[in-house]
Amino acid sequence: MAAKQSPSVVSPERQTGAGADIAALLRELVAHLRQNRTQLREEWARRITRAQLLTAMTEEEIFAEATSVYDNYVEALETGTFEALQAYARNLSERIIPRGVETHEVVGIVLLLRDVLARSLFAKYHEDFEKLNRILDAYEPAANRIANTVAVGFVQERERIIRQQQEAIRELSTPVLQVRERLLILPIIGVIDPQRARQLTEQLLRAIRTNRAKVVVIDITGVAAMDANVANHLVQTVEAARLLGATVIVTGLSPEIAQTLVTIGVDLSEMATVGDLQGGIEEAERLLGYKVVLQSELPHPATKA
Amino acid sequence: MEVPILKQGHFLIASIQSALTDADLSQLREALVLRVGKLRARGVIVDVTALDVMDSFAVRTLRDIAHMTRLRGAETVIVGIQPEVAFAMVQLGLTLKGVATALDLEEGLAFLDRFTKERFERA
Amino acid sequence: MREETLQPVSSDVDIVSARQKGRELAAKAGFSEGDQTVIAAAISEIARNILMYAKRGEVSVTLANSEDRIGVIVVARDQGPGISDVARALQDGYSTSGGLGLGLPGARRLMDEFEIHSAPGQGTTVTMKKWRRSA
Repeated sequence: MAAKQSPSVVSPERQTGAGADIAALLRELVAHLRQNRTQLREEWARRITRAQLLTAMTEEEIFAEATSVYDNYVEALETGTFEALQAYARNLSERIIPRGVETHEVVGIVLLLRDVLARSLFAKYHEDFEKLNRILDAYEPAANRIANTVAVGFVQERERIIRQQQEAIRELSTPVLQVRERLLILPIIGVIDPQRARQLTEQLLRAIRTNRAKVVVIDITGVAAMDANVANHLVQTVEAARLLGATVIVTGLSPEIAQTLVTIGVDLSEMATVGDLQGGIEEAERLLGYKVVLQSELPHPATKA
Repeated sequence: MEVPILKQGHFLIASIQSALTDADLSQLREALVLRVGKLRARGVIVDVTALDVMDSFAVRTLRDIAHMTRLRGAETVIVGIQPEVAFAMVQLGLTLKGVATALDLEEGLAFLDRFTKERFERA
Repeated sequence: MREETLQPVSSDVDIVSARQKGRELAAKAGFSEGDQTVIAAAISEIARNILMYAKRGEVSVTLANSEDRIGVIVVARDQGPGISDVARALQDGYSTSGGLGLGLPGARRLMDEFEIHSAPGQGTTVTMKKWRRSA
């Protein structure tokens, strides 16, 4: 910070090492940003509002976040370490993503700050052009890295949230239903990828244990396509269920899937298949020893009441 | 660690209590094959509820137990395979083909009851 | 997070210890119970391989923390006779010991990454990794 009073002292240092020079310039820069914190922060917040960024947030909120980002920004410039800024960016993203803030807005505000600060440097050093150049040389790589850190942090957080939501949707989309004592139905709808197939299996196996199921009907009427990988997963699921003592009946294989499976040569010899879900449930009931009879066909319907 | 083998009616019940070494497993196989004949058992239940992993050696030994006791006149049923264990087994390619399985001890006993009754009535 | 366990393998009791240690570490790393079981089974297979072919060796399990994922690295090392035909040893059903021939190919199927270095007289090193699904 001492360098601020005597900028000319910097010159001999340049001969000895550019690193020391940059460090001194950054120190000077940081001091400048600290000194003008209030004014620069306000200018930035104003420009955010004018550019219609962060419209999901109130002006107070924008100002509060702008303050934190500003302070973290200066700190990253000063220390040259980005962990704190990274953590803050993640935390910020976590808070603003649910409110609908978009990636371009986050990138936009960071670029705005970069612009606001650069302009203030122009204003301060416009009389010493050579010094201005050196200050910008020191500032720009750091500023770029900061912008990058914040943007990447935001995108990563978004990806994490999307993954989490995908997980949640997956879980919702594979309900294991108990239709009768000891009989489970697993209707599968949509696309099965390896991850979903694995999850499906884990869920089914747990359900077999908790419901003490003896027969499971897996209905794949709603599955449009199946490759060798997924078919093998299905075979594994059937085998694993048998290890728990449950019999699996697969129903609803479409003509396309039937053709694919035979063409690619998946070994389905161990798998019990029935044309449709109704047939599958009837077969399951037979295995469980149920017999569904029309009331009118009962031997003595009147006396039974 | 030796696996205790209990006799209940016509059946033998081997209830595994903790992780087993290869030697323990081999010893269990020998004990069961021996006792099936000695006690004239018609069925064997191996309860593996306590096993938190089954590798190829364990599965091969269980399969051997089932085949060997069958040769000695008793049907074997493996009970209590945990969901995670079952999933890992099929990923390894271990499916215990040709060996009866049941959810737990109760189901295993019901299976053997049915199985031996059918065989008895046929005879 | 960086931890490691090392289990010398020279008897069948060591196979049990190796997989139990591996499972504990996998649990610590936050793997699901399903994956813990898978890792334990894979360790069991390669530890038994050591015992069968090399008589003695060691299995180490390390927590791995890369940029955006967490996983376990299992390394099995021995100074045994080595494998002359690695490709063949990785085929299902291939066994020179009268086993099911599932040891190496089975372990490979269970893990995400699998590498084997071996030559006759040089011993064998198997390195396998499993990554935690979705952070």
